Amino acid sequence: MVSEGTALIKAGLEIHQQLETAKLFCSCPTDLSEDFSGSVIRRLRVSRSEMGEVDEAARLQTAKNESFEYQITPNSCLVELDEEPPHEPNMDAVRTGLEMALLLHSSPMDEIHFMRKIVVDGSNTAGFQRTALISLGGYVEVEGRRIGIQSICCEEDACRKIERRGDTVVYRLDRLGVPLLEIATDPDIDSPELLKAAARKIGMLLRATGRVKRGIGTIREDLNISIPGGARVEIKGVQELDMLPEIARNEAERQKRLVEAAARLSASPHSAGGGWKDITPLFSSTHSPVIAKAVRGGSIIGGTVLKGYSGLLAHGGRSVIGTEIAQRLRAVGIHGILHSDELPGYGIGEEEKRAIAVALGAGKGDAFVLCAAPEGRMEMAMQIISSRAEEAVKGVPEETRDAREDGGTAYSRPLPGRARMYPETDVVPIRVDSRLLEEIGRNLPEPFELQASRIVEGFGIHSQQAVQIAEEGYGQLFLETAGRHGNAAVLARLLLNNLPEAERASGRSFQGLDFIDGVMEKLAAGAFAKEAVPSLLACMIEGKGLDECIASLGIAGVDRDSAAAVISRIVSEHMDIVAERREGSVSPLMGLAMKELRGKLDGREISQMLTAEVKRRLASP
Amino acid sequence: MASPQDTDRRLEALGISPGDEVKVETEGRTFGGILLPHHDFSEPGIVTIKLPSGYNIGVKLHASSRVALVRKSPHGMKGGQGTRHKARRGAGSLEKVAFAGTGGTIASFVDYRTGGVFPAMDAAGIVSLVPEISDICRLEGKTLFSVFSENIGSEEWSVLAGEVADRLNEGYSGVLISHGTDTMSYTAAALSFMLSNLTGTVVLVGAQRSPDRPSFDGYVNLISAARVASQSDIGEVTVVMHASSSDRGCHVHRGTKVRKMHSSRRDAFRSINSDPIAFVDDEIHYLSEYRRRSSGKVSVDTRMEDDVALIQFYPDMKHEDFLAWTRGKKGVVLAGTGLGHASTGIVDAVRRRVDGGVPVVVTTQCLNGSVDMNVYATGRDLIRGGAISGGDMLPETAYVKLRHVLAHSSGMEEVRRAMQKNLAGELNDRRRGGDGF
Repeated sequence: MVSEGTALIKAGLEIHQQLETAKLFCSCPTDLSEDFSGSVIRRLRVSRSEMGEVDEAARLQTAKNESFEYQITPNSCLVELDEEPPHEPNMDAVRTGLEMALLLHSSPMDEIHFMRKIVVDGSNTAGFQRTALISLGGYVEVEGRRIGIQSICCEEDACRKIERRGDTVVYRLDRLGVPLLEIATDPDIDSPELLKAAARKIGMLLRATGRVKRGIGTIREDLNISIPGGARVEIKGVQELDMLPEIARNEAERQKRLVEAAARLSASPHSAGGGWKDITPLFSSTHSPVIAKAVRGGSIIGGTVLKGYSGLLAHGGRSVIGTEIAQRLRAVGIHGILHSDELPGYGIGEEEKRAIAVALGAGKGDAFVLCAAPEGRMEMAMQIISSRAEEAVKGVPEETRDAREDGGTAYSRPLPGRARMYPETDVVPIRVDSRLLEEIGRNLPEPFELQASRIVEGFGIHSQQAVQIAEEGYGQLFLETAGRHGNAAVLARLLLNNLPEAERASGRSFQGLDFIDGVMEKLAAGAFAKEAVPSLLACMIEGKGLDECIASLGIAGVDRDSAAAVISRIVSEHMDIVAERREGSVSPLMGLAMKELRGKLDGREISQMLTAEVKRRLASP
Repeated sequence: MASPQDTDRRLEALGISPGDEVKVETEGRTFGGILLPHHDFSEPGIVTIKLPSGYNIGVKLHASSRVALVRKSPHGMKGGQGTRHKARRGAGSLEKVAFAGTGGTIASFVDYRTGGVFPAMDAAGIVSLVPEISDICRLEGKTLFSVFSENIGSEEWSVLAGEVADRLNEGYSGVLISHGTDTMSYTAAALSFMLSNLTGTVVLVGAQRSPDRPSFDGYVNLISAARVASQSDIGEVTVVMHASSSDRGCHVHRGTKVRKMHSSRRDAFRSINSDPIAFVDDEIHYLSEYRRRSSGKVSVDTRMEDDVALIQFYPDMKHEDFLAWTRGKKGVVLAGTGLGHASTGIVDAVRRRVDGGVPVVVTTQCLNGSVDMNVYATGRDLIRGGAISGGDMLPETAYVKLRHVLAHSSGMEEVRRAMQKNLAGELNDRRRGGDGF
C-alpha cells in the first residue's frame, strides 16, 4: 500500500536532441520540407534470430500486416530510401556527442561502433535505426544534486509520420537521418520538479555547443518512471519541458490508483476469464445512441463479466482499470467500449443496465464490459479485455505510453525487449584517441557564469538577462554580434523577448539564427529604427528576406529633415492643444508622431525633436 | 604498437576466443560483455565487445589492462541454422521446385548475439527465411557452391547447367538459383546458351539488401521467383528481381537481355532492348512473347571457349594496347561507341586481328539500341575490316555467346553466321518506342 499524499517517484530522462549539421550518413540538409516528389511503397519483416527469440514489440508490429509509403522530399537521397549504403558518419555530429560527453563528465569509448537497432514500425526505411554508443557514465549537477548520466548515443532520427490510410502508414523522408544525440540519465530523479530542472540543464548544455537545432520538435524527452509498488513505465515524446512535471505527477497518480486497485482485488475473490456473450439482440430498441450507431454500422455487441471488479473500472468519477482496457483496445483500432462502473449513462438507464447484468450473469460485486466491434474481431477484443483485467491484480504493468498534450498518457505498446542490435557493417568504426579528446576539450563552450559575466562587463547588460542569454545558448552569438554591430540592449531584447514572441505568435520557429547578424547590421546602419525589430521578426518568420520585410513594412529609416517636417506638420495641425497644455502637449502629440514615424527613427530622437518643436512654437509670438 | 595478432595471442593465452563472455578493466573503467572478432577496420590493439545493452564498443588494450574470462561460449561464433519451418499441410499438392544456391548474401542468417552472418545451406534454410515460399511450391535442394559472384565463371556455369538439366529431367517444375547480383546476368546468359529444350522455368534470383534487415528486398524477389519457377509456363532462363523501388512485385527478365544497371537500387535489373517477359505480384502478368516449356528431355552442352576478350573502346585507345590485349585470343567483343564505332587506329587493329583469323564482334557501349555499322564511315570501315555486327546484344551477352559459339563452330564465316543468328532470345529485331527505354 502507498500512503496518501504525493507518491515518491523514481524517474530517469532520455533526451533526444536534433543537431544542426548535415544528415548523419549523407550530405542532405536537415530542414523539414512540405514538398515531396512521388513516393515508394515498402514492407518490413522481422526474421527470427538465431536464438529463436523475436522481440515481442517487433512481432506485434509485423503481425499488423502494414505497408509503408515513403514520400520523397528534396532533402533526401538514395541513402534515406534504403537504396544506397550509408556514407561516412558526419563527424560534426560525432564530435558534438563527444563534446557533450566531456561536459557531462561521461567517459568516451575508445572506438565508436555504429549499430543497427531493429525498428519495424516503418519509421526507418531500412527497418533499423543506426545508433552508436559515444560514452558511458557521468553526471550533471542540478540544484545542488548530482544526477547520474547513463549513456550518450549518437543516432539517426526517424521519418516523419504523416498519416495512416487503412493498412498503409505514410511517412516523409525529410527527417530521416537527421543526427540526434540521445542522453539518458540514471533513474536518480525523485520529484516532478527536479525532472524539469534536469531536462532544462541538459538542454542548456546542448545549446551551449552551438550545434543543436532549435524550435518545436527538435528536442524530445522520454521519461521512465515508477513509484514504490508500481513498475517501470516509459513515456515517449514529451515535446514541452514545462509538461514534464505534470506528466510525471499524473503518471505517479495513475500508478498509485492501479496499486490500490490491485490491493483491493487481491483481498477478495475475483476472476476475469469467464468468456463472453454476443448480446446484440438486447439492444434492438436501445436508447443509447452510441450503441445504436455501432450496431447500425455492422458491429456486434459483446459483453463479458469481470467477477469482483465492481467499482474498480472507475471510482469516484475517476477511471481506473476501465481506461486501461479502453486504451489497450484503441491500440488495435477498437474504440467502442462501455463498462458497468460508468452506467447508467450513455443513454443506458438503470433498467437496461440490470437487463444486461442478468443476460451476462453478473452478480453483486461484479462488473461487466461491453464492446462494439465487427464480429470477426470480437474474440480478440474480449481477450484483450480479460487479460488486461487479470493484469490488474499485479498492479502496474510495465509498458510504453505516449505523452498526450493534456499532460496525460496513453498506452502504446509493451516495453520493447532488449534491443536487437547488430553491427552496421557498412560504417567503419571511429577511433577516439587522446589527441581528438584533447582537441575537443580545448574548445569546450565557456561555462555559463563566465559567459554571462563577459556579457555584463562588456556590454552593460543586466546580469539576470546576461545569465538568461548564456543559458539559452545565445552567449557566443550575442558576444560576436554585439561586438560587431553594437546596440547590445536591443540585441538582448531581440533574443530574449522578440524572438520567442514572434515564434509563439506564428507557431513557427526560425530554423537558424544567422539572420540576426544582418538585422543588427542594418539597424546599426540606420536602415530602420529599433522599434521596428518586433514587426521585422514577425515578417521574417514567414520566410521572407530582411530587405523584403523592411520594404513591405514601410519601416525604411527617414532622415532627420523629413522627420522634422512630419513633426512640424503635426504640431501645426494641433496648435489648439499646444496653446492649451503648453509643454504638457508633448505627450499627447508624441502618440501621433510615433504613429507616423515608428520604426523609421529612434523613439527618443522623435521625443527630443518634438519637445524642441513645441518649445520653439511657444517661444515664438 | 600491438598488432591484431598480438592482441589475439594475448587473448588466446587466457583461453579466450570470440563469442566468450569477458570482463575488461582498463584505465579505471570496467566493461563486461561478449568478445567479438576483431573488426577489419578497427585499430590494432582494440578489442570489440558487445555490451549487455546490445551496443558494440571498441576498447583499447594497454599493457596494464586486465582481461578476464567470465564464461566460455557454448557454441563459439558459429551460428545455427535458424528455425526450421514446418511444411504446410496439403503441401503435397504443390509443384516441386529445385533450389541451387551459389552463395551471395541473399540467403543468410544473422546471429544477433554476436552480429555474425551465416549462409543458409539448403532449401529449408531459404524457406525458414521466407516461409511464404511453402505456400507456393515445395522447394528442395542445396547450396552447390558458396563463392563471391565475381568468382563465378564457366566452371560454375557448367555445374549449374548440369544441375538444372538433371533436376528438370527428374520432373521438377522449375529451378530456383540464388546468385550474387554483380555477375548474375553473365550466368543467366551462359545458362541460356548451354541449355536447350527447357521443360521448366529457370529462375535466377538475388537481393540488393542483405537478409538481416527488415527491408530485405529478397523477400519479394524469392516469393516472386518461387511463383515463376512453379507456376509459369516459361521455358527459358530468367532473372526475377524488383520491378521498382517499391516492394510491389518483380519483373521476369530474359536471361540474355538483362543487365544490372545500378550499383545499389532494388530495381537495378532492367531488360535492355526488350520488354520484361512478365510482372509478378500475387500472380504472373505476362508482358511479352516468350518460349513455352518444351516436352521431352532438357539437353545441356557446356562447352565454352576460354580465351575471349571483352574490350570497351575509349578515345585515345592505343592501337598497340588493343593488339596486346587481344594477342592470342580466339575471339574479341568490342563495345564501340554509338552505332558501333571506334577510332581509325582501332579499326586498323581490328582488321589485323580478323585477318589473323580472330573474330571481332562489335556491340554498343550505349547498351540501349542496336549497332548499325552502315551509317557512318568508321562503322563501314569496321565492316570492311571484317568485324561482326553484334546487333542489339548487350556486350556481356555477346561475350558469353562468342565463347559458346567458338566452342561449337569453326571458321570465320560459321562464327559470323552463328553470332548473327538468334539462339536464345539474345537478338531482337524490333525495339519499341515510347517514353523511356
